[in-house]
Amino acid sequence: MHMADALLSPAVGGTMWAVTAGVAAYSIKKVQNELDEQKIPLMGVLGAFVFAAQMINFTIPGTGSSGHLGGGTLLAILLGPYAGFLTLASVLVIQALFFADGGLLALGCNIFNLGFYTCFIAYPLIYKLLVHKGYSTGRIFAGSLLAAIIGLQLGAFSVVLQTLFSGITELPFRTFVMLMQPIHLAIGVVEGLITAAVVVFIWKARPEIIEKAASGQTIGSSDIKKVLAGFAVIAIITGGVFSWFASANPDGLEWSMFNTSGKEELEMPGGIHQTLASIQEKIAILPDYSFKSSEQEVDGDAPETEGWPAVNAGTSVSGLAGGAMTLLLAAITGLIIRSIKKREKARAV
Amino acid sequence: MSNPVESLYNIRLLDELAEKKSIIHNVHPLMKVLTTGAYLLVTVSFNKYQLSNMLPLVFYPVIVMSLADIPAIPIFKRVLPALPLITGIGLFNLLYDKSPVLVLPWITIPGGWVSFLSILIKGFLTILAALILIATTGMTKIALALRIMRIPGVFIIQLLLTYRYIAVLLEEAGRIVRAYSLRSAGEKGIKFRDWGPLTGHLLIRSIERAQRVYRSMCCRGFAGEYHTGREKGINTGDILYFAGWSISFLIIRYFNIPAMIGWLMMGVRR
Repeated sequence: MHMADALLSPAVGGTMWAVTAGVAAYSIKKVQNELDEQKIPLMGVLGAFVFAAQMINFTIPGTGSSGHLGGGTLLAILLGPYAGFLTLASVLVIQALFFADGGLLALGCNIFNLGFYTCFIAYPLIYKLLVHKGYSTGRIFAGSLLAAIIGLQLGAFSVVLQTLFSGITELPFRTFVMLMQPIHLAIGVVEGLITAAVVVFIWKARPEIIEKAASGQTIGSSDIKKVLAGFAVIAIITGGVFSWFASANPDGLEWSMFNTSGKEELEMPGGIHQTLASIQEKIAILPDYSFKSSEQEVDGDAPETEGWPAVNAGTSVSGLAGGAMTLLLAAITGLIIRSIKKREKARAV
Repeated sequence: MSNPVESLYNIRLLDELAEKKSIIHNVHPLMKVLTTGAYLLVTVSFNKYQLSNMLPLVFYPVIVMSLADIPAIPIFKRVLPALPLITGIGLFNLLYDKSPVLVLPWITIPGGWVSFLSILIKGFLTILAALILIATTGMTKIALALRIMRIPGVFIIQLLLTYRYIAVLLEEAGRIVRAYSLRSAGEKGIKFRDWGPLTGHLLIRSIERAQRVYRSMCCRGFAGEYHTGREKGINTGDILYFAGWSISFLIIRYFNIPAMIGWLMMGVRR
């Protein structure tokens, strides 16, 4: 359910980056305030766990298809909402970079859609509320299942809104919602069942993990800290001496936004156009294919064709020819660079 | 990317490419991150009918990949799995947008087709740009760029740790899946009753691993901060790299270059 760059406008992508950066900055502040550095490696390893576990395909009974773990709810249950959100964010950063899941501009949307709703809405309002009265297999199962389903429903609805606000798709709102929500209900049930199965298994095998996590404590024993306290002091001093790295202000990301989408006039500036007009007759490569086409213009039955001012055969064909030429030139450029590099390498040998 | 072992190969390929040496690899990571950002913003800022205007954007991946010695086919293969969602949503434009926008002497092409193609091209180019960034920069250098951009240290350490342990845990997940499939001959996939225990064991092992990692980090003087060595400074060449590309992207954005070439080729009088 990753949002893609291609479905976004710069304004929506930039806004979601800003919102996500805000949530992340707040979460970082919260995590730093807890001052428990033991959580940092745990976050890292659990992030890697979610990544790896998502690669395991689980067969859905009675169907031929399969699903995988959705990370947000599980991370919130194990790490708490703030650390869970940050961990999921780093998983999504790596997925965007290495696996082309979503994209870098859509990263803000994806972190928000998959992380915010699960960690800050579904986890506190559903899971915590359900297990509030005390732990039992049934409550933990229901809590994780429902939290995962509702988190994903909200995320899917966000995808619809973000795509529509970007103005990329022609799908009407209602149709889009009717497409997305049921599909993600099915996916959410599977993700929720896997999440619930894992949490229940952990509850049965190592109940202290779930209890500690829920009360805000870091999973695992902290004896090592006392044992190593003396060494740590020396280590901190040594590290501090060699450290130049001090500032860690939670500024968040600041992205400049181009506010250019949608209303650009595509006409050429007069000067360039006139110069071109004066020389094009002389150097035209394909003069036979020219269309003096003002008569062929399509009349007004196409009111929604904003951004494509001159609908006529002449510009269309020259656009196609020019486009093909552009791609050809790009390919030639690539080939030339590669052949020059090869020659240089051969010379070096 | 649904197989742990395949994912591992994917990460290793990109890591190995990032270790190469070239002009592009030498550019400061911050400038490469900023250039990628500018490219993405310009690419998605084209409206859905500006199909031909955005074509010159292919020069960026072509030039960078050629200069950086990045093989095209393995990278293209990694772009493809990301396209189905974009294609799925784009396909609806074919149904809903039938206004003619591209009129050729022999055929009239409705807007849906143009916007569908432009979504596909945008998708391809944006995904390619992200892969090129990681294949020419590598994760540690991207973390350096993030640090210069003043992203808080906690997040960066955490990102690097996640990245480091992905390889370890993917191997473990791969072994679990292989062992399961060897012991369940004739079964298709993982049964429902095994979902919890299978993933749960991996999770418990991961938590225990995290404790060992933390202990060894403590032994090496970890106190909540991550110390890095000296970093390469930004020089004029790096700034020129970013400035050059940004200006090119703006020129592509504001001038319809393919149309100009087209007019030159055919002498169409407007």
